[in-house]
Parts: sequence; structure tokens; C-alpha cells
Amino acid sequence: MHLALVGPPNSGKTSLFNALTGSRQKVANYPGVTVERKEGFFVTPTGRQLSLIDLPGTYSLRGRSPDEEITRDFVLGRAAGEFTPDLVLCVADSTNLRFTIRLLLELKRTGRRLVLVLNMFDIATRRGVTVDLAKLAGDLGVPVTTSIAVKKGGTAELLRVTDQMIAASSETTRSEEWTPMSVAQLRATQREADRIIASAISLPTRPDTWTARIDAVVLHPIAGLPILGLILFVMFQAVFAWAQPLMNLLSSGFIGLGQVVHEVLPNGLLQSFLQNGVISGVGSVVVFLPQIITIFLFILLLEDFGYMARAAFLMDRIMGGAGLHGRAFIPLLSSFACAIPGIMATRVIDNRRDRLTTILIAPLMTCSARIPVYTLIISAFIPDTEVWGWFNLRGLVLFGLYAAGITSALAVSFLIKFFLLRDYAPAPFMLELPDYKLPRLTNIAIGVYTRALAFLQRAGTTIFSMMVVIWFLASFPQAPAGAEGPAINYSLAAIIGKFIEPALAPLGFNWQIAVALIPGMAAREVAVAALGTVYSIEGGKEAAEQIGHALANKWSLATALSMLAWYIFAPQCASTLAVIRRETGSWRWMCVTFLYMLTLAYLASFATYNLSSILLGK
Amino acid sequence: MQPSANNVDAFPLGRAPRGFVGIIDRIAANGANSALEHDELESRLLELGFVDGAPVEILHEGLIGGDPIAVRVQGITIALRRLEAMAVLVR
Repeated sequence: MHLALVGPPNSGKTSLFNALTGSRQKVANYPGVTVERKEGFFVTPTGRQLSLIDLPGTYSLRGRSPDEEITRDFVLGRAAGEFTPDLVLCVADSTNLRFTIRLLLELKRTGRRLVLVLNMFDIATRRGVTVDLAKLAGDLGVPVTTSIAVKKGGTAELLRVTDQMIAASSETTRSEEWTPMSVAQLRATQREADRIIASAISLPTRPDTWTARIDAVVLHPIAGLPILGLILFVMFQAVFAWAQPLMNLLSSGFIGLGQVVHEVLPNGLLQSFLQNGVISGVGSVVVFLPQIITIFLFILLLEDFGYMARAAFLMDRIMGGAGLHGRAFIPLLSSFACAIPGIMATRVIDNRRDRLTTILIAPLMTCSARIPVYTLIISAFIPDTEVWGWFNLRGLVLFGLYAAGITSALAVSFLIKFFLLRDYAPAPFMLELPDYKLPRLTNIAIGVYTRALAFLQRAGTTIFSMMVVIWFLASFPQAPAGAEGPAINYSLAAIIGKFIEPALAPLGFNWQIAVALIPGMAAREVAVAALGTVYSIEGGKEAAEQIGHALANKWSLATALSMLAWYIFAPQCASTLAVIRRETGSWRWMCVTFLYMLTLAYLASFATYNLSSILLGK
Repeated sequence: MQPSANNVDAFPLGRAPRGFVGIIDRIAANGANSALEHDELESRLLELGFVDGAPVEILHEGLIGGDPIAVRVQGITIALRRLEAMAVLVR
């Protein structure tokens, strides 16, 4: 038996889904589209095995966004390669029934078997909402049940009704010819819904004063933005500072593991493959897990609390100037940690044009993988001096690199708005600001867990295979016996590096940099380790300063600045490109991203190298 | 459609100041210069609770140009831009 959860946004659908299925969930994408498909499994008290799909939230079956189209097609049994639901659970926020009752009336026209679930019934009761369940069920002509998704045993009643419904009849009613409602039909349906609500439900006498009080502060015209800034500051602090000890722990764990392999195995190809290819390669990416978890923790907490919609409200006008939608704010914010979760978070944007623009510029936000590269070059070339008695020059350069990333992202978005996607109409900003709710720990935990798992799976597949290729290129063919210089000089990587060198020479890059840029494709920070290898210096943390020395001796300042400029723009991250391919569902946009970033990087480096060569007299 | 029975003329919600309290007179999608088709805009507004006769209140507004606005209607709060709010005539 297959069940589907349908309901308007903010109705607590996902909490209910989590309560019913626990951790027995499969998160994937619907074929051909980028909408997250969440299926879970549970067993009813009488022992029936059921599968449950959590469909994207929607106010109607009109299907105005990819998410809503999925919901419509699924309910109508038109979704390609999907089952037709035997029973649709229509979920309502009990404190706000208008949306769901109208949606239910619309669902009834499809001929599906329905159950209305009044979720968050405890909050509604506390606010003084009383519902005549029998009358409501009679008026609607569908069974009505209540649930408290966030409480243990809060779904018992729903499970009992589900069992009854399934036992009562096994036949599936045929879907009638369904057509979208006209405005007049919509008005009539809403009137009917309002009539039913008036007759069976007494509305709250006590509005939610907490929401009003919090909003008076966080949506204050003047205080609102600084408060948002403060929340962001804490979030950045958490991502960069608090996640650091854990990352160090993981990092030294992987180094230790590599050492163990180094000692246990005899010198040779297998040892090199496991230590340099597998462990350090996959490890360099898995190290970012604490940051990924932290950023998702914050995002899920703010989302559950109800603040995300407010952040979009506060930022809409500001971002609108650059052709971005208010909802693009959160994905771009996440991209400072890593563009991958950022690009995944663009799913909240329902308009395709807005979503695409956001995906295209997300990699320009300075992600945490650039930090090792920036830090290395800055500490090797930029003197540690005070500027105007207040600022540290190194800090200023780092800040400048961040600012350059943000500015160029906004500029690119502006250009896309005017040239590339001109025929798309700007999407209106219409968003419910839900009442605030205390975030539930189990919900957050399941949310973070599923995302961390997805990240690890990617590290284990895509990134793993990438690292194998890079290790192979850097190791073969092996140096002939008695050869001088590092073995890598004889490898395919060096051949490729020297082949690319002429193209990169105008940027002031030598073949060693060209070689380092290749493994840097898997993950930006790998370039640091690669430079170390190329310059025949022992890798590892304590050697980072030595790499700095080597660079300071072998590179000119102009080359160093050029390299910094390159890293602001360069599409140096295969997994980001892979995610763009997956999320946009097309190779085309992945190629567009790669080419425009490569062009920007080349131009920026070229300008930086030549200008600084002239200014510094080489 | 005729203006409401009382003598106050209806005006667009998009021009109302923060703190405005009133009643929705009607939806006139052709009054807004929105990118959406008229029927689509009207449908969306209806779905979010903007129906004739419903009381509305502008709770909050953005810093720049007082845009967007947060409107309390039928017991829920909806954020929308003044551009789309021009389609909601209030009195």
C-alpha cells in the first residue's frame, strides 16, 4: 500500500513524516527534475507495511513551480514511473485551517481517497481553537483525525484511522478528468471552505502573542537588518571557529591513518595509492563534514523556528537590486561554507530563472576550501604590517578577496538578469510568515543526519573516483631509475602541466602551478598539498611554512597576486560542477558555469599579473 | 464591480502605510503591474487569504521604500511586495 502526504507549506508535514517513519527514509530526486523525493516506511498497529511519500508543500493543485507540479502529478497518478497513491493524507496546521480545507476540497475533485489530518492539534487547543470533528468530517465527506507529530504517541489516532480506511475498502477510485480551477471556481471553493470552517470550528480567541512580539523586534524597519547581521555573524563564527577543532581532529585522524598505512605496507604503488590517493584525497574532503553539519544545523534550526521566511523578507529589496530573489539569500549564505549545500538549498526558490541565477553565482561566494590557498599565499607574500594603525595588511587582503567574490557575484547576477535570461518575468515575492515554533530536536537531528549521509556518500563515490584518477596521473609513468628531481616530473601530470603552461604563462603561472591546478580540480585546497609535492617538500601541517618559503623564493609577487585573483573565480571544484549538473538537470548549465568562471579567472589573473608587473617593476 | 456601499473610495493596499487597518474591498489584478497574468495573480492572492470583506492590517515594512510589506489577513501573516499589493483594493 502506498500513502502520500499532501498539505500547504508550514503545516508540519515533514514533522509528521518523520514521526511516522523515523529514520526509515530514502531521500532522492524525482527523475528528470530537481525536486527532493522523500519516501519512508512504517508499520500500522495491525501489522500493515506501508510506504509513505512526503510530497512538496502546496496551496493548490495548479502546479506553479516544479515542486508543486510533482505534487499535482503524483496525486493525479500522472507522475512517470511512480505509483498512484492508495490513500492521501491531507495535512493541516490546526491553528490555520483555511489553506488546507480549500486544498482538501480541491483534492476531492480528483477522486482519491482522503483523510484530513489536523496536525499540531496541541498548539491549536492551547490557543483556544475547538473543532467539532464529527461535524467537520460530515461536512467534508472525508474522515478527520488529529495528530501531534512532535509528541510521542501523537500519531496513534492517525495510525488507527489509516488502518480502518485500508481495511474498509481495497478498491482504488478512478481519477476523474481533472482540470485546474478558474478564478470563479477558486472563489466558490474558498467560500465553501469558509462556510465549513465557520460551522465546525471556533476560531482562536487568543492570537499568538509571542510571534507578534518577536516580529516587532526582528522585522523592525531599522533593527531588523542588524539583527539578521548578528545572527549571520554567529553562524559564520560557528562554521569557521567552532567547527575547527573537529576538523582538526578529523584531519589528524586521516593523517594518522595514512601514517599507519605508510608503516604497515611496504613502499610501492599500493602504499602510495592508499596513502596519497585514497586516504589523503577523500580525507581532504571529508574533513569539511563538521562545517557541513554546522551550517545545516543552523539553517534547519532557523527554518524550524520560522525565521528563514523573515530573512527573505528583510533581504528581498536589497537583493532585488542585483536581480536576485529574496529567497536566494540563504543559499548564497550557505555557499560561504561550501557551494554544494548552497546549491542544494536553492530548492526553496520556486521560480526557475531565480533559481538558476542563484546556482550560477553561488560558486563565486568564497567557500571554506579557498581559505587554505589564500592563507598560504598571503602569509608567504604579504608583509605582516599595520595599515593606518588599525588594520592588519594581511587581514585586509583576505577581506578584499571575500569582497571581490561577493561583488562579482552580484555583478554576474546583474548581467544574467539583463542578457541571459531576459525573457523570464521576475517572480513575485509572496510568502507566508509562519508563526514561530520551538524547533524540535528529533526533526533537526533527522534533517542533519540525512544531509550528512548524502555528503559522505558523495565523498565515497564521486570524489573517491576523482582522487583515483588524479593519483594515477601524478604517479605514472614512474621516474626512470637514477632519475633526478621529484618523480612527479616524469608523470602524466607533469606532461599535462607543461602542455598547459603556455596557456597560463600570460598569467605568470609556471608549469608547477599548472600541475597543482589539476588536482585542485577535485577540491581547491588540494592545490596547496600539490604545490608542496611539486616543490619536493615534505607535506603535512608543520611543513606549511616551508611551502611558504619555497613559494616566496620561486614566485614573483605578481605571480602570487595573480594566483589569488585566479582563485576568486576559478571553477576549481569538480563536485560543485557535478552538483550544478544534478540540480539544473542539464550539462548545459554546468558548462556555462565552468566557462564563465574560467573566463573571469583568466581575465582577472591576466589583469592582476600584468598590472602588478608594471607597478612593481617586475 | 461597484465600489463598496459606504462612501469611502477604495484604494490599493500597495499605497497604504505601515500600521494601516482596513477591509478588502475587492481584488483588481489589472491594477498591479505584476509580471504574473491577471488570473494567476488573483488566484494566488485568493489562495493566500485576500478575499473580499476580509480585514487586513499592515504589520511591518522593509527598510528601503517600505517594501516589501507584511500583511495580517485572516489570521495569518503574508509577506508581499507593494507591486503585487496594488491588486488588493482596500478601504
